[in-house]
Amino acid sequence: MSGDEARDAILGAVDAATDAVRDGDPDAAHATLARDYRSVGALDGAARLDRFEGRLVDYGVDVVRLRAADVADALGARLDRRRAAHVVVPRGTPDAWRPAFAGRTTVRDDAPHDALEAADATVSGCAVAVAETGTIALDGGPGMGRRAASLLPDVHLCVVRASQVVELLPEAQARLQEAAAAGAPITWISGPSATSDIELERVAGVHGPRTLVVLLVEDA
Amino acid sequence: MSDARIPLPFHEAAPAALEDGQLRRNLAHVTTSIRAKRADATAELPDWEALRQAGKAIKDHTLRNLGTYLRRLEARVEAAGGTVHWARDAAEANRIVRDLVAAEGVREVVKVKSMTTDEIDLNGALAEDGVVAIETDLAELIVQLAEEPSSHILVPAIHKNRAEIRRLFLEAFDLPPEALSDDPAELAGAARRFLRERFLEARVAVSGANFAVAETGTTCIVESEGNGRMCTTLPETLITVLGIEKVVPTWRDLEVFLQTLPRSSTAERMNPYTSFWTGVHGGDGPRAFHLVLLDGGRSATLADDVGRATLRCIRCSACLNVCPIYERVGGHAYGSTYPGPIGAILTPQLRGEPRDGELPYASTLCGACYDVCPVAIDIPSILVDMRRRTVDARRAERALPVGDAVDAALRGAAVAFATPRRYEAAQRLARLGQAPWVRGGVLRNLPGPLAGWSDVRDLRAIPRQAFRDWWRERGGADGEGDA
Ligand code: SF4
Repeated sequence: MSGDEARDAILGAVDAATDAVRDGDPDAAHATLARDYRSVGALDGAARLDRFEGRLVDYGVDVVRLRAADVADALGARLDRRRAAHVVVPRGTPDAWRPAFAGRTTVRDDAPHDALEAADATVSGCAVAVAETGTIALDGGPGMGRRAASLLPDVHLCVVRASQVVELLPEAQARLQEAAAAGAPITWISGPSATSDIELERVAGVHGPRTLVVLLVEDA
Repeated sequence: MSDARIPLPFHEAAPAALEDGQLRRNLAHVTTSIRAKRADATAELPDWEALRQAGKAIKDHTLRNLGTYLRRLEARVEAAGGTVHWARDAAEANRIVRDLVAAEGVREVVKVKSMTTDEIDLNGALAEDGVVAIETDLAELIVQLAEEPSSHILVPAIHKNRAEIRRLFLEAFDLPPEALSDDPAELAGAARRFLRERFLEARVAVSGANFAVAETGTTCIVESEGNGRMCTTLPETLITVLGIEKVVPTWRDLEVFLQTLPRSSTAERMNPYTSFWTGVHGGDGPRAFHLVLLDGGRSATLADDVGRATLRCIRCSACLNVCPIYERVGGHAYGSTYPGPIGAILTPQLRGEPRDGELPYASTLCGACYDVCPVAIDIPSILVDMRRRTVDARRAERALPVGDAVDAALRGAAVAFATPRRYEAAQRLARLGQAPWVRGGVLRNLPGPLAGWSDVRDLRAIPRQAFRDWWRERGGADGEGDA
């Protein structure tokens, strides 16, 4: 392989070019870089949830605030409204939500792509959510499913617990550190798929789910 | 319009771009509206300036220690089951990708918009093997069907209106006229159906990436439409081409750039989708991941402050949208993947072709680009520095006043761009052949390195097989209606 030759040439050129400016201990130097931006939020719980909801609404997300005991009913109602007969239910989805899927065909998130493609909607939880940017992060953990599951169906219903909502991105990034270090695929979702490519008119949905519903559980 | 694939030098392309009314109106519209929104999106954050300075500091630190972080990235990606390839230049990168695609035995790959793959003209290289790279961003698909280069980093099809797009889609997807109106939502829906089939069929995807994290081996794509998610999730093999300057040291560092990039770029609090993947992950996503690390002139620009500052760029395009020259001439005129103020400093350093020497003159030095840049690149100072270097180099080479004459002429160009009225006057002069800097009566006859200025027409080869021809041969639009 001439690959090693290219590798050595590039790294050699990089090292030579940076010879005079390199740090003796890059990690130590990195640790001292100034980070004067906010890394801890200032909003209290209620204000944080309000901000999160407001941001989602701005993105065109359908937001429902509810109590944990009402999740199954709310999921069922939203699935009915979207006429969702085929639903992707990821492994690890709480049993308490199961009544929402009665009378529907369910597929697991590890089903083949065409089975996921044929589904009308996906239900998932999330790993963490960011109020300031209206972002939901999925890391493939229990109840979140593999990536294709929340991508192929046209409707994504995502259940977010209040305790998962942080105010700022740096707080979320810290919570995701372990999953990232473990090599988990992570997806951030901030509103439904969108494009402004045609005369700058924003339209929902080119490739991802065109409808995003967030069920925000206030007491969990 | 295959002519449009052949980049002209800036001074020749700019006047033509100015004459294109649609392009000019659309550009004015996008730049003004994005400019206002960007200002709001950044003003909303009380710590914007701190984020900007942190972004600058992280990038500076990374570039100064690039060897360390590249080696770490390589080790982490390989530990996570990925394969890392190194490419000194475009030809090597293209060779690597072509061999990987050939090994899979496919004729089509799906592709997500990427400036790096544009920079190396990967699509053209794949076409030499008869492999078609299907662009999956809506705008890129439009541009691909129209067989034109893109005109804006962010809104590549900004020169096309809805009626033109409808006509392209009707022909490409083989639809009867009544099947599709020119409503943007309907047009997007037609593209969705067409491309969904391609995603589900594709065995190989090719992408660029916005960032790669040395600490974890994680690669990251920031996008709006979901085609990035599709490409990084569905195919069995994913090939990502990454400029070596895009590495960041730690996962935490992303918290800076993922705040500043969307607000600077599309003026959103956050872009709809950001995907992170690390090598391969059992049961979720591609079974093979190849990361192609591209030098392409980057290591050579690392040695000095100006070069390292330029390489901080995170390709947000904010500097384009505030640039008075870009607003008037659009992206095609720069004859490079990287247009606007950043292109004016990046292209000459990465590509270093003689004709790129004029790019630093396509500026009024108004300073707006520096003010908006999320990694605080002082573009105006770099432009001045590069102009000085160009002149010095010519003096050294020729020991003749020619360099001064060229410099004076190009300074004339910079002045001429300063107001539309002056520019248009200069254009008229140019047509009459009275402005030496425009048509180059002087430049055209120059010997030596400057001769290259008029000798650029074969720079980018026309793809062997045009996309539309390929699509017709392939049997037209079988994807419609049965998705
Ligand atoms: S130079 Fe700065 S403003 Fe321009 S594209 Fe790069 S990061 Fe954005």
